[in-house]
Amino acid sequence: MTQAFSRRSVLAGAGALIVAFQLSRSCAQTETGTGGGSPKLGLPGSLDDTPSIDAWIRVDSSGAATILTGKAELGQGLKTALLQVAAEELKLPANRLSLVTADTARTPNEGYTAASHSMQDSGTAIRHAAAQAREILIGEAARRLGVPATSLQARNGEVSGPSGARVSYGELVRDQLLSGQAKPASRLTPPAEFTVMGLPVPRIDIPAKVTGEAAYVQDLRPEGMLHGRVVRPPSYGATLRDVDVAQAQRVNGVMKVVRDGNFLGVLADQEWPAIQAMRTLAASTTWIEQQALPESTKLPAVLMNLPSRDTTIHDAGSPGKAAIFVEGTFSRPYLTHGSIGPSCALALFRDGELTVWTHTQGVFFLRDAIAGMLRLPVEKVRCIHAEGAGCYGHNGADDAAADAAILAMAVPGRPVRLQLMREQEHAWDPFGPGMVVKLRAGVGADGAIADWHHEVWSQSHMMRPGPPGTLTAARLKSDPSPPAPPIALAQPEGGGDRNAVPLYALPNARVISHFLPDMPLRGSSMRSLGGYLNVLSIESTMEDLAVRSKQDPVEFRLRHISDPRAREVIETAASRFGWAMRVKSSGGTGFGFGFARYKNLEAWCAVAMEIEVQRQTGAVRVRRVVAAVDTGQVVNPDGVRNQIEGGILQSLSWTLFEQVTFDRTRVTSVDWSSYPIMRFDSVPEKVEVHLVDRPGDAFYGVAEAAQAPAGAAIANAIKDAAGVRLHDLPFTSVRIRKAIGA
Amino acid sequence: MTTLIVNGESRSVTASPDTPLLYVLRDELGLNAAKYGCGLGQCGACTVIVDGKAVFSCVTPVMMLEGRSVVTVEGIGSSDDPGPMQRAFIAEQAAQCGYCIPGMMMRAQALLKRDPHASDEAIRAELQPHLCRCGTHMRILRAIRRAAEDMRPKAAEAGTGR
Repeated sequence: MTQAFSRRSVLAGAGALIVAFQLSRSCAQTETGTGGGSPKLGLPGSLDDTPSIDAWIRVDSSGAATILTGKAELGQGLKTALLQVAAEELKLPANRLSLVTADTARTPNEGYTAASHSMQDSGTAIRHAAAQAREILIGEAARRLGVPATSLQARNGEVSGPSGARVSYGELVRDQLLSGQAKPASRLTPPAEFTVMGLPVPRIDIPAKVTGEAAYVQDLRPEGMLHGRVVRPPSYGATLRDVDVAQAQRVNGVMKVVRDGNFLGVLADQEWPAIQAMRTLAASTTWIEQQALPESTKLPAVLMNLPSRDTTIHDAGSPGKAAIFVEGTFSRPYLTHGSIGPSCALALFRDGELTVWTHTQGVFFLRDAIAGMLRLPVEKVRCIHAEGAGCYGHNGADDAAADAAILAMAVPGRPVRLQLMREQEHAWDPFGPGMVVKLRAGVGADGAIADWHHEVWSQSHMMRPGPPGTLTAARLKSDPSPPAPPIALAQPEGGGDRNAVPLYALPNARVISHFLPDMPLRGSSMRSLGGYLNVLSIESTMEDLAVRSKQDPVEFRLRHISDPRAREVIETAASRFGWAMRVKSSGGTGFGFGFARYKNLEAWCAVAMEIEVQRQTGAVRVRRVVAAVDTGQVVNPDGVRNQIEGGILQSLSWTLFEQVTFDRTRVTSVDWSSYPIMRFDSVPEKVEVHLVDRPGDAFYGVAEAAQAPAGAAIANAIKDAAGVRLHDLPFTSVRIRKAIGA
Repeated sequence: MTTLIVNGESRSVTASPDTPLLYVLRDELGLNAAKYGCGLGQCGACTVIVDGKAVFSCVTPVMMLEGRSVVTVEGIGSSDDPGPMQRAFIAEQAAQCGYCIPGMMMRAQALLKRDPHASDEAIRAELQPHLCRCGTHMRILRAIRRAAEDMRPKAAEAGTGR
């Protein structure tokens, strides 16, 4: 409250306009697009942006409740977890709850479903709103029954008193009862009384997904729907010199060919004819292309030589006296999100209003971007979230929505379903940016780290909608939107420099972030952002310093960290793995360890790994993975396990296999054979996840907690097995074999 | 016009003969389970069972299916009455986004019909054509092992399994 008061007094002063502008700018530069400034009202989670209780919870006269969230289900189990929170605090059985997710016409605006913020933002808001709604219902019952509220309790959708009096929520609720503003403090259910939170409640969305019910935006088939496909240019910045529209128009079943500048699309009554027409249209085009891409074999050097905005994000002590030094330049290539389902959207333009069903992570920002692209008033555009395949960050979802919108504008009254083709999803993905980290560190005579110097080079990890120019179609149209300015996400969450400041207690350390305004390839947010490479570099260096100074790598980490929660996950992973007793069963065995607290602000996660490197081929077989995670109050333990297991396997795939390839003109990794990812022959033999229980604590984001420590653990295991430190990702079998010199 | 048997029912479809089965299932027959993933037979999301064998429906023209029997995930149970494979995936919570899962279930179903005692190694090898991006592999393997156990006694008792 103090903060809110002081901000108000600043706004009353002469500098009001400037301060307000700066605050809103800083808001736009968080990864979720919300928060980031000072708290407005001092309310918990997203209640601070949307304070009225009935924006989150509505109880109807039957006693059923509707929960509204501005976040979206991305396959992370969000719907189930939010319903658990609401059921627990409302004291209402889950089968009387329904949930509405991100919809610009109905739900609170909670920015992007990103940055592992959903439980923290929306879970916290819904928990407090539900607890306060329950207390309001109890208060109303007290008034009606003429008894003190303290003598009443809520259970199973009813308020009951000592005399046996009972009133159902449906009877109690009346107009405006829940329309008040939430208060900063709520009477939350103590963890010891939980009956829904903390339990492994099965996900509500899985039965439909495993039985072929309509579960995805891809499955929507409204009456009169047309199928759309687009033809993308062959490379960034290519301009259309020539196209024969008539040829595509003649394909059986084609309704319309749409051309707007460099944007090309087709509409047909069935999907296969749409695809054939797309191919016919593509074959009839000639494009003027540029050799604008960097030399892919020299990517790290290219990145380090680009103009940069440099910031010292951490500066402690002065270079200390080190006896043993470790130095390395680590790099990661561009990575693709690689959704198994290419992006899809459904759009309908009717009576001057455009509705788009989309699997975007930010319906409100996408609405603004589409309205800007089409020069429509914002209130004429509605975006409704519908599930797609997992996105893992900013993938083609928003582009597909923009494509569908343009095609729908050409056929008013007809719903248009647009799905990208595999090669379009792959080639036009806003990739996880290529990055470089240079790290030099040293251990003093006492065995403690005496010196630490980390530099990171990266382009923006935040090119999401908002500005229309973030949408591929908006840049292709004859009236193109201006290119969106590159956004550098600020510390402490950071973008390319996420997790670059080590959590270890280092008296002498310097960390420099080189933000690259140029974007050699299109890039944006992908799970854990720069955290993956920064942590892989930090943890590789920790391991090498430990080994060089003849200390156990786990003990070495513990020696340099005081945070008790960090220590506990490190110790738990190590003891469950049997780290101290580890024995190599063959010459190819390797053990590795990795730790990070995601963003230095969210969940703590440590990973221990045993692998086998086949020396002749360089192939890596993962025998055993043990992870420990502390995510604060757990809402659904199986959901947390599923996210951590997934994070580990996805990170193994990035680390061992993945790399966007390109020549000087085009992206050349356009399918799963040119961009291989993990297949079942590389799946670990065993993965264990241990949760550290923290009842009553806050929610700490978990969905991106495992990627960085898992990548680090395998990097260290390869070093342990092969005896050589690899620096350039991916650590393919070819590179490992070469490094071994076999 | 092509006539094929889909989930036990004879269906005549009007799609042009070169249309991949995937689009016939999704657009003409309104079935959701088979998914478009790559159109190249590289990811497995579109997998269905044809005459007992797992096939990529995205690269199988419908003209090759005249008179043949196609089974999709809709044919092995429903959310009200899930079959053993579906029960196993629900019990193991073997999905994150779930987009790749129906294809995996189809290949596993075909494998277990052929070899109810398939080893872990055989299951892993069989699933090699399938991609999962969420990293749900460990659960998928557990679900298939659970389905195998569930399907075995049933097959012995009644001589059929779904």
